[in-house]
Amino acid sequence: MPESRVKILIEGDSTPLFDERGEGVLRAMERVGRAEIPVGCRNGGCGACKVLVLKGEYKLGKISRQHVTVSEEREGYALACRLYPETDIEVRPMGSLIRRTTG
Amino acid sequence: MAIQGVLRPGFVQIRVLDMEEALVHYRDRLGLDLVSRGDDGRVYLKAYDEFDRHSLILRETDQAGMDMMGFKVSDDSMLDVYAQRLAELGAEVSSVDASEQPGVGRRVTFLSPTGHRFDLYAEIELSDNGPMTENPDLWREEPRGMGALRFDHCLLYGGDIDGTAKLFTDALDFSISEYAAEPDGTKIAVFLTCSNKAHDLALVRFPEDGKFHHASFLLENWNDIGRAADLLTRYDMSVDIGPTRHGITRGQTIYFFDPSGNRNEVFAGGYDYYPDNPTRKWTADQAGKAIFYYERALNDRFMGVVT
Repeated sequence: MPESRVKILIEGDSTPLFDERGEGVLRAMERVGRAEIPVGCRNGGCGACKVLVLKGEYKLGKISRQHVTVSEEREGYALACRLYPETDIEVRPMGSLIRRTTG
Repeated sequence: MAIQGVLRPGFVQIRVLDMEEALVHYRDRLGLDLVSRGDDGRVYLKAYDEFDRHSLILRETDQAGMDMMGFKVSDDSMLDVYAQRLAELGAEVSSVDASEQPGVGRRVTFLSPTGHRFDLYAEIELSDNGPMTENPDLWREEPRGMGALRFDHCLLYGGDIDGTAKLFTDALDFSISEYAAEPDGTKIAVFLTCSNKAHDLALVRFPEDGKFHHASFLLENWNDIGRAADLLTRYDMSVDIGPTRHGITRGQTIYFFDPSGNRNEVFAGGYDYYPDNPTRKWTADQAGKAIFYYERALNDRFMGVVT
């Protein structure tokens, strides 16, 4: 078993995810068929996968500032699709897929 | 039938987070040709089967989404007619100078009640890389990637879709080809056409204004839709749904996302519309089939993911 793979915890679930290919948190989640974080565009544009990083070090790719401002980013907010953990991390899902209010 | 007035969707300007990644997507995967790069950083592209200079403009910035959609108008005199009609209906109308985009003449521009900006223009340079016109072959060079023929339409999300639709029908002479409505009559989706196409612009009711659902690019047939799907997987691109078919418009479709999260569609078919045709109507309880005819259910992303 590779020793360098980072462990991702989604708050509220003790089963970790593993980012084996450096694809980021959202892909790591999708790869094992879990759905705690909403899956939107997967490319940093729509905000559906917004999370708050509770612990850990990470790199963030390019994201639409409509969804995570520079100051939010400093507070630990991220989009999971562009979140590349460097150490073990724990995240809290904060985003949603907005629905119509009618129908 | 003589098409006069608004002819067709002419261009869409889309915001991208990384230009070089966007170019791989639009140029290499969709198959658009790169026409030029502006001094301000905007990049202009064109599908192989389009005569006009460009139809897609990419602008790199820190947000995704659509800046504006442009419609081509048959002649310059109509621009002032439309500007007047739009203003009389209460729209905020202004103008854009010629050459703000290279090769494009003056534009009338207005902000719609759903918060979307639309431009109208009559003049644009003819591309020297458009369809052949003398003993024409199908294309000058065989199409690349998905082989998009043209930029076809946009679907935009916002609140007052009735207000925006009214500007298009009453000022710009569009027709409503199809719509979906709640039992109380509230429209939740409106499909507008200025041509023989089932739609040139579509609007869906959404709690936020100014949102972009997708830009659509035409392919020739279901087989080409299948090939697009092959490419989407080969290049590990983000797919929303499809290949499938829409009930509304009958179009065969795949929805997928560009590297900035903007949704694209590749689309084939759809019925032909004439202005004397009755309007097709869907009830909200059939929304699943209206949007995804085979799945007969909406997915969360269709109603929730916009840029």
